[in-house]
Amino acid sequence: MVGVFKIKKKNNDFTAKVMELSGENINLCEQCGICTTSCPMADDMDITPSQIMHLVKIGDESVLQTEAIWFCASCYSCTVRCPRGIDLSKVTEALRAMLLRKGINKVELEDIGEKEKEIPTIALVSISRKFTG
Amino acid sequence: MIKMRLSYYPGCTLKQYAKNFEKSTLVTAEILGIELVELPRWNCCGAVASLTSDNLMYHIGAVRNLVRVENMIFAGEISDNRLVTLCSMCFNVLKRSNKRFREDDDMRERINMYLERDGENRYGGGVEVVHFLEILRDEIGFENIKKKVVKNLGNLKISPYYGCTLLRPREIGIDDPEEPKIMENLVTALGGKVVENPYKKFCCGNYYTLGKNKKIVVERTRKIIEAARKFGADLIITSCPLCQFNLDRRQELVKEYYPKFKYMPVLYFTQLMAIAFGSIEEAGLEDNFVNPIDLLKDKGVI
Repeated sequence: MVGVFKIKKKNNDFTAKVMELSGENINLCEQCGICTTSCPMADDMDITPSQIMHLVKIGDESVLQTEAIWFCASCYSCTVRCPRGIDLSKVTEALRAMLLRKGINKVELEDIGEKEKEIPTIALVSISRKFTG
Repeated sequence: MIKMRLSYYPGCTLKQYAKNFEKSTLVTAEILGIELVELPRWNCCGAVASLTSDNLMYHIGAVRNLVRVENMIFAGEISDNRLVTLCSMCFNVLKRSNKRFREDDDMRERINMYLERDGENRYGGGVEVVHFLEILRDEIGFENIKKKVVKNLGNLKISPYYGCTLLRPREIGIDDPEEPKIMENLVTALGGKVVENPYKKFCCGNYYTLGKNKKIVVERTRKIIEAARKFGADLIITSCPLCQFNLDRRQELVKEYYPKFKYMPVLYFTQLMAIAFGSIEEAGLEDNFVNPIDLLKDKGVI
């Protein structure tokens, strides 16, 4: 992500859309990185939560191709700590929604049935709500 | 002791995987003088809070449950306007939808319009969604809980695990999101020894427990349990059926990846209460994957 990035109208539109869908003012982000250090999933993510925020801020749609937006399980650890009061879990939810609403599923329910004898309903409902459009 | 009747929302998992959570809660509530009256009809709360600004559809299920509570209030069937929840995720979703409903005029109108078309009453926003732990702290009081203890838990080292949805976001949580003390105070009241765990607020991996990425849950479960063990814990208590599944049932998977891993019992806080109150049969311990019976015998509890 090093280098000069020219912001075009297309980029602004993307940022505006994420802001509308999440209801969060992403421009407040000052890239302090507290979200990343608070995130229990950051180790497994391909880019960090603060990088997600940066990409959204400059309107770079490649953020939609990252695995990181799916790794966010809405635990709100970053949300309670963000010094700028941004609810990052709403931002990642908005990014996922942009894909899910196009009918792009992250998981196919046939794959879940598996050999599990007893799985709690709550897990099944949660994964369906978060990963299917 | 006070006698009260409160409306109660069990949620799907308490009728299925977590029957022992409901069973142990109903017996402890009775001992403490609280009658939990299950909503005559209820539906799924949605399990995860809907976070997008434009989609009201996901809030309808949650609000419909609150209408049912208002019906009970108007019929004089319950003591006050509180709805008691047990599952941390149901608590979070219902409380968040309720909050948004009260603050968002547009949402209020649209959802009420939908409910009316569906033959339901309009929701007036008058229900307070609470967690059973709040009733124990604010209504019963830990000093009164202490009076009901008949078994000695003095040798048990207990590590409370909160997870996410009981504490966060801040305006929803039942305690300080960084330094919660409610379950610690409960353990102390029951006569057990509290063990601090730096991972007590760390996400267990949630719904990643299904599908191809189970390793995420394996790693987190291992991290949480090993930290508790390092600080001397004998067992963990929690209030979320999904955390309990991940921390308890998924230990089998942890052992597959890490053969030297040793099991640790993970109980609902109400199971611990039922044990302390002498209602061991109603604690439903046989439904826990890691059975705590031997441990309880070793420590002289039973």
